[in-house]
Amino acid sequence: MNLDFSAVLPFWPDLAKGALLSLLLAVSATVLGFAIGTLCAVGRRSSYRPVSAVCGAYVEAIRNTPLLVQIFLVYFGLSSVGFRLSAVVVAILAMVINVGAYAAEIMRAGFDSIQPGQIEAAECLGLSRVQVYCHVILLPGLERVYPALTSQFVLMMLATSVCSQISTEELTAVANFVQSETYRPLETYLIVALMYVLLSLLMRIGFWGLGAWLFPRRRKLGTPC
Amino acid sequence: MFAHLNASQLQFLIDGALWTVVLSSIAMICGGMVGFVIALARVSPGAGLRRAAAVYIQVVQGTPLLVILFVTYFGLPTIGVTVSPLVSAGMSLTINVSAYLGEIWRGAIQSVPAPQWEAAECLALTRTQRMFRVVLPQAIRIATPPTVGFSVQVIKNTSLASVVGFVELARAGQIINNSIFQPFSVYLIIAAIYFCLCFPISRLSRRLERRRGFARALPELEVFAHE
Repeated sequence: MNLDFSAVLPFWPDLAKGALLSLLLAVSATVLGFAIGTLCAVGRRSSYRPVSAVCGAYVEAIRNTPLLVQIFLVYFGLSSVGFRLSAVVVAILAMVINVGAYAAEIMRAGFDSIQPGQIEAAECLGLSRVQVYCHVILLPGLERVYPALTSQFVLMMLATSVCSQISTEELTAVANFVQSETYRPLETYLIVALMYVLLSLLMRIGFWGLGAWLFPRRRKLGTPC
Repeated sequence: MFAHLNASQLQFLIDGALWTVVLSSIAMICGGMVGFVIALARVSPGAGLRRAAAVYIQVVQGTPLLVILFVTYFGLPTIGVTVSPLVSAGMSLTINVSAYLGEIWRGAIQSVPAPQWEAAECLALTRTQRMFRVVLPQAIRIATPPTVGFSVQVIKNTSLASVVGFVELARAGQIINNSIFQPFSVYLIIAAIYFCLCFPISRLSRRLERRRGFARALPELEVFAHE
């Protein structure tokens, strides 16, 4: 067994570009997925039956099917009905649809952890439903589930590797290209695995900083017992 | 929708679904065995062992399954170990599953209340006896709902084995799509089959979780009653 990383190293600009695209996919899917997830979680708590049913069906359908099949459905499905989108746009679209459902389930748990007394108190103060959500439910609920939510987003960053299957030029796709150029698959994929570990560490640090800024009270995160 | 598929194609899909189940079982059983060792290492008294297990978990959880698959499928032959798609997929899933289950089970073991350990120690049980006779039986009850929930994740992850040419459900769908070119309906059918495999397990996991939640909530209710 002889590992030779020198053949792979000249390709570092490609690998860096791939890592950047992976990160871009992850960040855009995080932001949009969080927005969709929050809306969907609000929808699931709606007293209007059809809305909560649709949101529930969306969450269940996405959470019980593999990302790979979802990406193929979006990519080939959209092109077969005449939409021609670039692979990057399809990748972001599929990731957002996917992570939105997971975020919705987590956010719903966060919303449910707010004690009814708090909401009743807010209603007694004459706050509207929107105000109750904005000022009473959203941030404290998010605080409770912040660790779960962020690990979901880190998992999603790793899952962007699946987008290589529809020729999105992110890190894994670049790795496939590099290994076909160098005939050094083991070295290439080991380097790429290390890059993914670093990317996930980077995301964790980023989320930790964001959490420290969002929740300055520094309470112990997680559900209180 | 099924009008597009003839009987033999349907049979092919069902075979693929069976392989998905087989691969998931291999991954859960082998990954569970390795994961159990990892979990024990994570709570062992030896600091070196603990740290090594922690690093293993960090690295595997920080690497996409797809990349692990490529390492085993394309990487191992270059150092002289040739692996079939089934072995490669089984190995990669085992590595992946062991890291996640190891972490889940560590949490379960550590959430057994400390007095249980101390009481067992007072009864002069050895460390092994304490672990296997006292702590693990309680930890299993705590660990069951998240483990069942995680097995849904495993079933979905087996779809990645299609990338190295292992013919499970997703790959079977790709092959059929290549011959009839009806991507939308084919992938919808595939998604539906995955849903049928996963949804009952998700439901079961949630039911188990709720039952545990109820058991946990009781002491708190008592506190409220006394106030």
